[in-house]
Amino acid sequence: MPKTIAITGNGAMAEAMRQINPDVVAAFPITPSTQVIEDFAKFVSDGKVDTELITVESEHSAMSACIGASVAGGRVMTATSSNGMALMWEMLYIAASMRQPVLMTLVNRAMSAPINIHCDHGDSMGARDAGWIQLYAENHQEAYDNMIMAPVIAENMDVRLPVMVCMDGFLISHSVETMQIEEDGKVRDFIGEHTALNSILDFDNPVSWGALDLQDYYIEHRRGQQEAMNNAAAVVADVSKRFGDQFGRKYELFESYRLDDADRVVVAINSVAGEIKEVIDELREQGEKVGLLKIRMFRPFPYTGIAKALSGCKIVTVMDRSTSMGAFGPLFGEISNALYAADNRPLIYNRTYGLGGREMLLDDIKDVFAESKEYLDNGKVEKIFDILNVRGA
Amino acid sequence: MEFCRKETQKDVRTHYCPGCGHGIAHRLVAEVLEELDVRGKTIGTAPVGCAVLLYNYFNCDIIECAHGRSPAVATAIKRIQPDKVVFTYQGDGDLAAIGMGETIHAANRGEDITVIFINNAIYGMTGGQMAPTTLLGQSSTTSEAGRGNNQEGPPIKVCELLSNLDGVTYLERVAVSTARDTIKAKKAIKRAFLNQIEGRGFSLVEVLSMCPTDWKLTPVQGLDFVNTEMKTVFPLGIFKEKDGR
Repeated sequence: MPKTIAITGNGAMAEAMRQINPDVVAAFPITPSTQVIEDFAKFVSDGKVDTELITVESEHSAMSACIGASVAGGRVMTATSSNGMALMWEMLYIAASMRQPVLMTLVNRAMSAPINIHCDHGDSMGARDAGWIQLYAENHQEAYDNMIMAPVIAENMDVRLPVMVCMDGFLISHSVETMQIEEDGKVRDFIGEHTALNSILDFDNPVSWGALDLQDYYIEHRRGQQEAMNNAAAVVADVSKRFGDQFGRKYELFESYRLDDADRVVVAINSVAGEIKEVIDELREQGEKVGLLKIRMFRPFPYTGIAKALSGCKIVTVMDRSTSMGAFGPLFGEISNALYAADNRPLIYNRTYGLGGREMLLDDIKDVFAESKEYLDNGKVEKIFDILNVRGA
Repeated sequence: MEFCRKETQKDVRTHYCPGCGHGIAHRLVAEVLEELDVRGKTIGTAPVGCAVLLYNYFNCDIIECAHGRSPAVATAIKRIQPDKVVFTYQGDGDLAAIGMGETIHAANRGEDITVIFINNAIYGMTGGQMAPTTLLGQSSTTSEAGRGNNQEGPPIKVCELLSNLDGVTYLERVAVSTARDTIKAKKAIKRAFLNQIEGRGFSLVEVLSMCPTDWKLTPVQGLDFVNTEMKTVFPLGIFKEKDGR
C-alpha cells in the first residue's frame, strides 16, 4: 500500500532517492536544496541505502564525482540549486555529452547577484542548452513522481542522458504537503536494475571516455546527442504512461487544464500553476473561457503537441519566472516557436513574474487574466513584454 | 569597563545564534580598524556562509563575493587600489572547501591582504553539514556516524597547510572561547592588518570559533568544545612570521 504522509518537497525527493538507492551520491550544500542531501545522509547512516555518499568540497567537484561514478558504471544522483548548479556548469555539459544518465534534484533558486535564496527559474533556464532532460513539478507529488520516473528515462538505451528534476525553492522544497509515497518494492520494480554501459570498470572491454574530438567527429557526436534528446520525448511519454498504469497518476509532456474550449490561456511552469488553476475555476464559474497549459518537460521541448493544444485558443499569456537578458523569456521563445507552425495562431505575449521569490498572489493572477481579456476585446496586444509586480514600472 | 559601540559597527540587532563566535570576531576586527584609524579606507569582502550579511554589521565598504572567491576579489581590489585596506572574512566552507584554490594561490602570490578565517568545524548557515575542518568522529548532518566513517579524511589544518608556502608572511591561529584567548586574538588580528598597512604581504588569522547551534550544544558547552576538542586538533600559535619582502 502506498503511504500517505505530510512531508516537505526536499523530504519527498530524499524519499525518492532512498527508493532509487543509487550507487553514488556526491553533493555540496546549498540553500534551498541542502535538506535533500541531509535527509538522504540519514538514510546512509542508518544503513537504509547502499549508497556511497561523497561530501565533496564544491559543486564542480560534485558533478565531476557524479560523472566519474557514472562512467564507472554506477547509478548516480545529486541535488543542488542556483549558484551551486552554476558552478557545475562545465560538468553539466560534460555529463550530457558523455551521455551519462546522472540524476539531479534542482531546487529552483534565483541566481546571484544580488545574492538571493528564493525561487525563480533562472538557474535551470540558464542550463537549458546543457543537454539535460528537464522535468518540472507543480507540487511535492509531481516532483517525487518525476524523480521515480527519471532513472527509467535517463537509462533508456535510446536516450542515455542526464535528467534534472526541477521544483520551486521554498514554495515546494520547504513547505509541507500531503502526498503519496509508493511502496519501496513496487518503485524498485518499476525502476529496474541499472545497466552499466561501456563501464571503465569492465576490464575485458577497455574503453576511453571524453577523448579528443575535433573537426573530424565532434559534430557527429553532437548530432547523436541531439538525436538522443529527440528520442527522449517519446520515452518520457511512454514511461509516464507506464507510471500511470502502475501508480494511477497520469502525466503527459505538458498538462492541459480546462484547455479544450478555452479562448484565453496562460502558459506557466511549476508551483504557480496551482494558483492559476484556482483562479481559472473561479473565472469559469463566471462564464469566462480560460485555461492553463502547464509545462512538465522543457527539454526536449514538445513543440508539436503544444502547437496543437494552443491552436484553438485566441490569446496566450506566457509567464516566465526567469529572464533572458536582451531577449524575451525562455518559455515565451519556445511557445512562439511552437505556435509559428500552428494552424490558427493566437495572439501571444510575455509576462515575467516572481524573480527572486517575489510573491504572485491569486489577485495578481486575476489581473493577468483581466489584461488578456482587455487585449482580446481590443483584438491586439499592447505590450508584448512586461514584468509583473515590479517597482518603477 | 565601559562598553560602547564602535563607529565601525552598525547599530543593528544580531542575526547570529546565541553563543556564536562571529559577534566577538566582528567586534575584534572593528576595534582594530578603529585603533589603526583606517575605517574610511577599508574594503571588506563578504563570504557565503553565516557571515554573508557582513555588510549589515560593518560600517565600511563591503562587496559580496561568490562562494569561496573572496581572496581573488580581494586581490583585484588591492591591486587596483593599493592604498586601501582590504580584508576577507571567511568561514571554513568558503575558505577551505569551495574556495581552497583561491586561498592557496592568493597566499602563495603573497597578496597584500588580510584574511580573517573563522573555523567552527561545521557548515553553519546551511545547517550543520560536515566542513573540511570537522573533527574526526564529529557528527554532522552529512556525517551522522561521525567524520571518518565514510572516508571523509581528517580535518584540514589551514595554517599548517599554508605555512609551507614561501609567499606567506604571517599565519596565526587564535580562539575566541576564553577571555585570554580573545585578547590574544585581537593582537593577532591587529598584527595582520598592520602587516598589510606596512606592505608586508599576505596575513591570515584563523579564529577557532563556536557554533553551539549546529554542534547541538549549549553556548557554555560550545566554549568547552573549542577549549577541549578543537584546540587539541588545531593548536593555537604562530605558524609563520617573516619580516616582509
